[in-house]
Amino acid sequence: MKKTLRASQLVGLGLLIGLLAFSVLGMAFSPYSISQQDLNAVLDAPSSAHWLGTDHFGRSMLTRMAYAVGLSFALGVLCVVTSSLLGTALGVWAVWGGKRVDHVLGMMVNILLALPGLVVVLLFAAIVPGSFWILYLAISLVQWVEYFRVVRAITQNVIQSPARQSSEMMGFSRWYQFKRHIWPAIAPSVFTLAAFGGANAILTMASLGFVYVGIQPPLAELGLMTVELFPFYSDAPWLLAQPLVVIALMVFGFHLLAGKRV
Amino acid sequence: MKAMLLKRALQLVTVVWGVGTLTFVLMRSLPGDMAYRIAASRYGQDNVNSDAAALVRQELNLDQSAFVAYWHWLLDLLQFNLGHSLVSGLPVIDAIQHMLGHSLLLALSGLLISILIAVPIGLFCAWRGNPLDSVFMGLSSVIRATPVFVLGVLFILLFALHWNWFPVAGFGTPAHLVLPALTLALSLAAVSNRVVRDSAKQTFQAAFYQFSKVKGLSAWQTFKRHGARNIAVPVVAFFGIQLVSMIEGIVMIESLFSWPGIGHGLAHAIFARDIPVIQGAALVMGMLFVALNTLVDILCLWIDPRGAREA
Repeated sequence: MKKTLRASQLVGLGLLIGLLAFSVLGMAFSPYSISQQDLNAVLDAPSSAHWLGTDHFGRSMLTRMAYAVGLSFALGVLCVVTSSLLGTALGVWAVWGGKRVDHVLGMMVNILLALPGLVVVLLFAAIVPGSFWILYLAISLVQWVEYFRVVRAITQNVIQSPARQSSEMMGFSRWYQFKRHIWPAIAPSVFTLAAFGGANAILTMASLGFVYVGIQPPLAELGLMTVELFPFYSDAPWLLAQPLVVIALMVFGFHLLAGKRV
Repeated sequence: MKAMLLKRALQLVTVVWGVGTLTFVLMRSLPGDMAYRIAASRYGQDNVNSDAAALVRQELNLDQSAFVAYWHWLLDLLQFNLGHSLVSGLPVIDAIQHMLGHSLLLALSGLLISILIAVPIGLFCAWRGNPLDSVFMGLSSVIRATPVFVLGVLFILLFALHWNWFPVAGFGTPAHLVLPALTLALSLAAVSNRVVRDSAKQTFQAAFYQFSKVKGLSAWQTFKRHGARNIAVPVVAFFGIQLVSMIEGIVMIESLFSWPGIGHGLAHAIFARDIPVIQGAALVMGMLFVALNTLVDILCLWIDPRGAREA
């Protein structure tokens, strides 16, 4: 499958790669740790020692931002990989596996869709507060449904197509049929969903951090940092601006990468 | 129509059972001693000892087996008996009614403002085309990429703290409603104005639309006879999809602005492990969701009767 990215998608990709580079370089080369306090240098403006200033405990903002961005990317990528694989596989299976499989999967999807995703994630986050893995599990659980519905709808058409049916009659294996007929049809939609899914996963984690049920201090997380730095907005507005701008940039990058709108 | 309503009714039953079971299972698997946590939120963290916890356990029957508790819970649910809050001791149904009123007020005013923003801008962009089109679409992309709570924080910083036009948080006067509703409206409108624009553009370019202009109808007559309904169908259908982001937005915005609605209540109940309130709030959200979706379906059928024949 050959695919050329449009200019806006390239900009999105560049934005994300830039943020990733910032995160990796920051984690690798920063002399500070995310919880190392320096109470003599509280709420400092950006300087040569602390390139992005220090927060209310005198912790290096650059280090904390690098770790927070890294955490967001890790969650986003993990959720996208898990939910797209699960959703695509089950979506194809629902069409191919006969009526009964379709019914059971359809019922599961309806139950999951009954509640808005954020509420499901909130309930899961309540079980194990501050756990990265529970967030990952809950967000993936919510997100695979999207892939499932889209993949199932498209696959249904492909399965009926004369091309696929003659391919089956010629005795090609199911895996070959998937590769040759189904995957090319669903790939663009799966890619678009994945880009939006990455944005949504990052957004959900930040939202949970923001209502204080997500990742817990002293870990650095973008939503949590917004709440922590909010009281100091008048003394150090540049600190509050950092997590806000970075969340928006990440989401914007993924949206640009998606290219079209779902 | 009948088939659609039947399907929705079935969905409602699934929702009630599914949500009930899900919240029940989730709440049973919470780690830590439930009685101790409830006692802590009742009497304060410093005044809790094992006697208090034992008292709570006895009072609330927390030592039942899971199966018995599940059975009781389903029976109660069938009678629509949601129980009492573990923390305040008040009936959940009262608390939920109170919260639902506030949430609906916020949701409806947010929705209304978002329609007032999105429809004119979308139509205008489709009608006038570039360069205004690109400006507005670029702007809505940027707003769309901004998470709801970031938008809310920016509004608080600007309008409440910097200019002091509106109160920061709370409820009671109409002025308290302005910022939360505006935040919700803007985040909804940033997505839906694009749908309005795309739908309008498609309709304006359609052959039947061009023809009605050629046969001599004025621009306004053409729009009224051939444009409005055709544009409205995808927009209303899209609203069904947007319900999710609206309810998620409400959870965030209520927490941010201390608006005493369902989302705020749910977040607080999760902290306090107030199981009946969590169940009640999640249940009401699920039911509200189905009800609104049904409304969207009916509205779609009313605008576009062509759909009825296929269904």
